[in-house]
Amino acid sequence: MVISVASGKGGTGKTLVATSLALSLKDREKVQLLDCDVEEPNAHLFLKPTFTHSKTVSIPIPKVDEERCAYCGKCAEACHFNAIAVMKEKVLIFRELCHGCGVCSYVCPESAISEDGREIGVVELGYSDGVRFVQGTLIVGEPIAPPVIREVKESAGRGGIVIIDVPPGTSCPVVEAVKGSDFCILVTEPTPFGLNDLALAVETMRELDIPCGVILNRAGVGNGKVEEYCKKEGIPILLTIPLDTEIARLYSRGITLAEGMPEWKEHFLALFNRIREITNERISSAKR
Amino acid sequence: MKELVVLSGKGGTGKTSIVGSFAALAKGKVLADCDVDAADLHLLLSPSVKQESEFWSGRVAVIDEEKCTQCGLCQELCRFKAITDFKVDPISCEGCGYCYHACPVEAITMKESMSGHWFISDTRYGPLVHARLGIAQENSGKLVAVVRQQAKQIAEEKSLDYIISDGPPGIGCPVVSSLSGADLALLVTEPTLSGMHDLERVLGVCRHFGVPALVCINKYDLNEENTRQIESNCLSQGVKVEGRIPFDNVVTRSIVQGVPVVDYSDGRVTREIKRMWDILSMMLRNGSKG
Repeated sequence: MVISVASGKGGTGKTLVATSLALSLKDREKVQLLDCDVEEPNAHLFLKPTFTHSKTVSIPIPKVDEERCAYCGKCAEACHFNAIAVMKEKVLIFRELCHGCGVCSYVCPESAISEDGREIGVVELGYSDGVRFVQGTLIVGEPIAPPVIREVKESAGRGGIVIIDVPPGTSCPVVEAVKGSDFCILVTEPTPFGLNDLALAVETMRELDIPCGVILNRAGVGNGKVEEYCKKEGIPILLTIPLDTEIARLYSRGITLAEGMPEWKEHFLALFNRIREITNERISSAKR
Repeated sequence: MKELVVLSGKGGTGKTSIVGSFAALAKGKVLADCDVDAADLHLLLSPSVKQESEFWSGRVAVIDEEKCTQCGLCQELCRFKAITDFKVDPISCEGCGYCYHACPVEAITMKESMSGHWFISDTRYGPLVHARLGIAQENSGKLVAVVRQQAKQIAEEKSLDYIISDGPPGIGCPVVSSLSGADLALLVTEPTLSGMHDLERVLGVCRHFGVPALVCINKYDLNEENTRQIESNCLSQGVKVEGRIPFDNVVTRSIVQGVPVVDYSDGRVTREIKRMWDILSMMLRNGSKG
């Protein structure tokens, strides 16, 4: 089963939830944690894994053989990402803009374009206290995260419970990270910002047809609008975590709830059971 | 005209509350919400929309079933695994057009798709340019570029002194698009291991694109040891820490009221944000690049 942890708004507690859930489950299930927030991977700060393998992530980018090039401009015309400009006697490649789709080499009538690997990130694999851990890291200055996220997901082992720490927002990196999940936990906080971004995240999950439920973090400040929204939309609130300076202090030092306040393990196990029930019901109703 | 962009790396460190407060404090500015996939600044500024425009940028491949001979070439060539069983998954399709060029029977067309909206609004603090990327859409970087370009145009037309942008979290494409060519970046962090780790990466992006950066530590008293560590890390890289905002629930209360915290309270959070704006505005006026 694949459970992703997303939020819309950043800083609501995704990583705290993903790591605490992994550590609460590890004695009962085979657990893998995939940190797909490759722009700002943080789960390692909490799980402190020992990495055993790493591999670089590259995307193919064009290399022009100027001996062959006739400067016809067909490659630049075909490139949807404006990554190629053809001048009178020079071809400019804007490497950061290239998505590695390969259309330029395909359309070149002179076969003057070959492809070179361009390193954009790294994927590391290891273990942390019985949890298999995979993280991706985008190289600073590189703009395109999805290929690194794809590689993290492809590096996951089969079977067991896979927990995915998703980046904030609702655009392509989020879609890449949550695609294929059986369930998505949306972590939010009871403020207008939290609610606005939760609604966007819910729309995204509906578009992708992934069932979701909410964890309300820092409950006690703000207002009751998130609960009202969830009730109206029929989205279950799976867990409530209070605003507590002790939790915030533990978090600031990189300590999960499962370790710093072990009584929370039970809450996370109950959360998992609830998610399993929801996904099982969905499977059996789909069969009917 | 000078452009300030507020970034953080890690999400939820307080970018929008700070930008909303600068909106209330700064004179002669246009505001730009560059967090186009989860925009929140409008919740503090209650804008009235004056102009709404569609953002057409994406495109997806469409296969004509009548013409398709099911040869499978497109499926084989697509590098984004967007075609299965001779159908295109519009969410996976990046619109590159490889399949369109390669199809031997010309069964594939590229259909333009609307990927969002952008708005020019009036607020009680001045004009705001904001946007909404469509759900699960691509091209957030291009939409950010449109927002910035519109903000710049307004600033030029009205001879405004500042563009103040609320940036997205992370370091990827919309961040690069928000940052490149700006005059100054304010990086808002918090004294947590995650905040510190993410600050280092976003500082790296600022260096990469040659934009000078200043740091603000929000909720600095949550972990004063980490705050000291951030200060010493910044010092060793020649980066100034210009703001230390204490943890106070007044910020959340102001968000619930839908107003910037500086218009909600006269407390220590407000005093610190005002002090920070005085420094930033002076730096912007004097040319931060020197």
